[in-house]
Order: sequence, then structure tokens, then C-alpha cells
Amino acid sequence: MDLSAINPLVLIASLMVSATPILLAAIGELVVEKSGVLNLGVEGMMIVGAICGFATAVETGSPLLGFIAAAAGSALLSLIFAVLTQFLLANQVATGLALTLFGLGFSAMLGQGYVGLKPPSTPTLHIPVLSDLPVVGTMLFSHDLMVYVSLALVAAVWATLKYTRVGLILRAVGENHDAAHALGYKVIRIRILAIMFGGACAGLGGAYLSLVRVPQWTEGMTAGAGWIALAIVVFGSWKPWRVLLGAYLFGGISVLQLNLQAAGLKVPVQYLSMSPYLITILVLVIMSANRSRAALSAPASLGRSFHASH
Amino acid sequence: MKRRTFLAGTAATAGLAASGAAFAADVTKAAYIYVGPVGDMGYNYQHDLGRKEMEKALGAKVKASIVENVPEGADAERVLTQLALSGNNIIFATSFGYMDAVLNVAKKFPKVKFEHATGYKRADNVATYSARFYEGRAVIGTIAGRMTKTNKIGYIASFPIPEVIQGINAAYIHAKKVNPKVEFKIVWVSTWADPAKEADAANALIEQGVDVIMQHTDTTAAMTVAEKKGVFAFGQSSNMAAAGPKAQLTAIVDEWGPYYTDRVKAVMDGTWKSMDTWGGIAAGMVTFAPFNKDMPEAVAKEANDLIATIKSGAYKPFTGPLNKQDGSVWLKDGEVADDGVIAGLNFYVQGIVGDIPK
Repeated sequence: MDLSAINPLVLIASLMVSATPILLAAIGELVVEKSGVLNLGVEGMMIVGAICGFATAVETGSPLLGFIAAAAGSALLSLIFAVLTQFLLANQVATGLALTLFGLGFSAMLGQGYVGLKPPSTPTLHIPVLSDLPVVGTMLFSHDLMVYVSLALVAAVWATLKYTRVGLILRAVGENHDAAHALGYKVIRIRILAIMFGGACAGLGGAYLSLVRVPQWTEGMTAGAGWIALAIVVFGSWKPWRVLLGAYLFGGISVLQLNLQAAGLKVPVQYLSMSPYLITILVLVIMSANRSRAALSAPASLGRSFHASH
Repeated sequence: MKRRTFLAGTAATAGLAASGAAFAADVTKAAYIYVGPVGDMGYNYQHDLGRKEMEKALGAKVKASIVENVPEGADAERVLTQLALSGNNIIFATSFGYMDAVLNVAKKFPKVKFEHATGYKRADNVATYSARFYEGRAVIGTIAGRMTKTNKIGYIASFPIPEVIQGINAAYIHAKKVNPKVEFKIVWVSTWADPAKEADAANALIEQGVDVIMQHTDTTAAMTVAEKKGVFAFGQSSNMAAAGPKAQLTAIVDEWGPYYTDRVKAVMDGTWKSMDTWGGIAAGMVTFAPFNKDMPEAVAKEANDLIATIKSGAYKPFTGPLNKQDGSVWLKDGEVADDGVIAGLNFYVQGIVGDIPK
């Protein structure tokens, strides 16, 4: 075994890239769930975002327009979920699952003409001074814009939920929609906006996959990333910074285990393959081990339909 | 629905199907199931090209249908049953993991012919077919050994089945032969098609100094990464030059068309028999994409010579002296491995570092 072959700087740089799709999808889903809605369609929205972003970037030659189209496309898709669950009061779990199945099929159809094409490359940012720093420069400041957007989103969601009136209203709707309604807040409207935000984020995550991380379009290319994002929201007990930790942990160990295999670590491959799942869950569960506080962090109205006549 | 009405309904459908078959006796129905999307530009894409070639060759006498993205396991059994029920005469199951599902379903439909790719279990109505991909791996191993500057070759492996292990061994033996300093770094990704994971694996390998990548997974993700990072790679199953015009040295291209045409024709003629087909370079089942322009002529010549000797039968890739990984003798000097051993290959040859997942 030759562990010296693994360069920790490069490893951290690739873990950030590897974790970004999951992080984007997870932070969006966190907002959705904070508003009391459980949308299991993350996987479907991600893959639709992946193809919308890819197709737009290929057609226009601009990755930025690709990302915008991905966010718009997935937000539009999530609107289907919003209408079904918020106006027609369909079961959220079933609708979410259906959204995933629909998204997988729909994206495959949209993507027919885009197989085997190459997207325009997304430039990495060169930040004056910071990018030129030794060590941290290559590690943290040599990424493309979306990596920083995802980090900024985490910070923004955290600050909004914690310090602003909008955040308070969103949480109120998620904790007790009847009380929020009695106070005069438009529960349905707020939830729909939250669902669309979640859709847009999932779309960005998917587009990051098809435009930066791989970069190509293949049917079903999200391969379960949406489900990981959902799990990270739960295990991160609905806290933005823990979601960031969970996503980076999962992304990091996924990359690390491949590096360890390449370096010839004498551990059966099966253990390495399951390690990202095991370690991420373990760490987040231990962090949320205080049961009384953990119970508080789940939005009380999560997954419950709201109807004003109640 | 009451059981009686259900039974009556089934009988009626069966009767209809039978009469339908009588009317359409001159059209043979063939079905294909694929483990991934035909748009993977790799293994599944190539099978589907074969299907199209077969349709073109046989024209209106055949009607073919496909089902993509069929997971290996219980789902495969369901899809196969469905295809058998819908009147297909011959069904091609194109992935190793469909093996038991094919045998189970074949038992229930003795009149339907089944063809299972890369498997080894047969029955009266189940034939198996595969290509000697390892012959192609011997050739790309030779090229890789010549082209690597860091002497580190990366190998993205999917599952520890004989076909994959044959590939690793054949590539290693022939890379080592032309470059004794060569070292293989093998990464198991436990998937046939997960672009993100394949790309991550390619990145991990490149970060550790690998400058030539081989893959035994189905998508072009690794090729895309190789192109971006400026290292060489080999296409798998299909010509992947579109994903890596500079990176692709060559590709092992699977040619299924002639085989599919023969087999469907045999069903039409009533001459179909269960058998095992295992064709390689000589049979035209394993072919190569055009060589990279940056490949030195000497290397291209060496590769072409190897292709020629394998084609003529003068050389077999698994020829002794070869030792197993633990140092015990596998093949004595000049001894050639028999097909049975190759088909069930479950060990590395000497020099490869690491264990095969069990």
C-alpha cells in the first residue's frame, strides 16, 4: 500500500466537487421540509435538472444559462408536485415517489438527442490573491462558481431560517400550519414557494453533475444521489450546517474510498464501498443523539396536508 | 375479478394469441433486454446496434423489441415473463446477472428460445453467447504498457465476475510483457453504469499518477475525465472517440450483429439449438476502434501484429509460463489455458496487487 500517493490537497478539492450535487439538492429539500412538506421527488427533479441544464448549455454554449435553465426546469417540475399535494391534497409520499419515476422517464425522453455530446466547459474561477495562495489556493479557491454558490446557499438558508422574519414564518408553517393559518399566513402559498425553491436547488445539483462533475449526459446518471440528499437532510436533523457536513462527509468518503482502493489499501472492497453510507449516517446520528432535542428539530407538520377548512 | 372469469379471460387471451401467431407465422418476434440505457454509448449501445443490424439483414420477416434499464434480479424475471407471454419467439438477455432469471423463465416457456449473454448456464431452450473480450484486453494491455510514462495503469472494474477478471489478467500479462515496470491500480466501483462514480474513480486514479485508464464499466464518463485531464484511455465495448478524441488510444468494440442475425434466422428456419458461442477476434465479435493518431507507429504495428496472431490462432492470450497471484504455477511453459478454466477464472495472475472482492 502506498498512502503517500494520495495527495490530501487534491483529495479535498475533489471531495468538494463530488459533494456539490448532493449538497445543492439537500439544502433545497431542507427548506421544503422546514415548511412541512416531504418531497421524495428529489431524484426525479435532479435528473430533469441534469438534462435541462445539459441541453441548454449545449444549445446556447453557455454553462451559466444551462444552470439557470436547470433551476427553472426543475422548479417547474416541482410545481406539479405542489399542485397535486397542496391543492388536490394528494399524499405527499406517493406523489413524491411518482415525481421521481416521472422525472427519470421524462429526462430520458428529453435526453434522446443529447447522448454522446459534450457540453461547453464550465470555467474555474480565478480569484485574485486567494487562488494563488499556496496549499489553500489549490484546495479551496480553484473551483467553479457553483461550488461557491452551494456554500453561499447553505449560509443564506441558515441565516434566513435563523434570523429573518421570512425564516420564522417558514418555520411556523412547518411546525404548526393551523396556527400559522390562524395568524393570517398563506400556508399554501408559502409551501408552494418552498417546494419550488427545493426544485430549483435539486435542478442545480443535477446540472452540476451533467455539466461539471462528469460532464456528459447519460440516462439515469444521478444514480441515487437524490435519495442520499434526502437521507442527509434527515440525519442532519434539518440543520443547514449539518447538511453541509453530511454532504461533504459523504462526498469525501466516496472519493477517499476510491483513492484508498487505487492506493491498494488492504481492506476488502465491500467495506470501502459501504463506508460512505455507514460513516455519514453514524456521524450524523451521533451528533443528533440527544433525543429530546432531535425530536424538536423535525418540523411538526412534516408530511401533513393542510386544508383551510380544518 | 373472480377466479373463474379470470381463467376464462386468460384462456380467451391465450386463444387469441394462438390465432394471432397462426396468422403471423411468417413474422418472427425477437426481444432484447438491456441492463442499462441504449444511450450509454458503450456495452448496451453496442448490443442495440447488433439488434438493428439483425433487423436490417432479415427485413420484414422479423419484429424486434427492446426493454432498457432492466435491473438484474427479480425485475428481470418479471420483464422476461412479460416478453415471453407477449409472443416473442426468441429473447436475448444481454447481461451476466440475468442468468438465473433466464433459466427460471425458460423453464416455464419451453417453446420460447432464450439467449443469455456472458453466462454459463444452459438448458434445452437456453443458449449462451459471449465474446472473448480478453483477447481485446491483451491488445490494449500491450498498447498501455508501451504508452504509459508513469508506469501506472488504472483499471476501473465493475463486478468480480470471470469476464472482468479475464480482462484484468489479460491486460496485465501483456502490459507487463512489453514493460516490466508496469503497475496496475484497480478500483472496483460495483456498478455497470454510474457516470458520477466512474468519473470519480478515474479522477482518483489520475490523482495517483495513472496516465492510462482502462475500464470495464459501460458509460463514457471515464473517457470524458481522461480527455479533460490529458491522459490516455481505452473505450469499452464501443468506439468512445466522441467523448475523448485525444484520449482514446483505441476501443474494444463488440460486434453482435452477425451473431444476432444467425440466431434469429435459425429460429425462422427451425434449426435453432441450445449451444455455447464464444467468439473472439477471429470470429469478428471483438474488433477495435481506429488507433489514436498520437500512437507511435511501432506501437500500432506491435498491436496489429498481436491482433493478427490471435486472429490466426497462432497465439492465445493465456499461454504459460504463468503463475497465479500467490506464486503457484497456473500454466507451465507453452501450456495454454483451457476454455473451462478461463470461463470460470477467479484469481489474479502473479504481480497484480490487491484482492478480488468475494
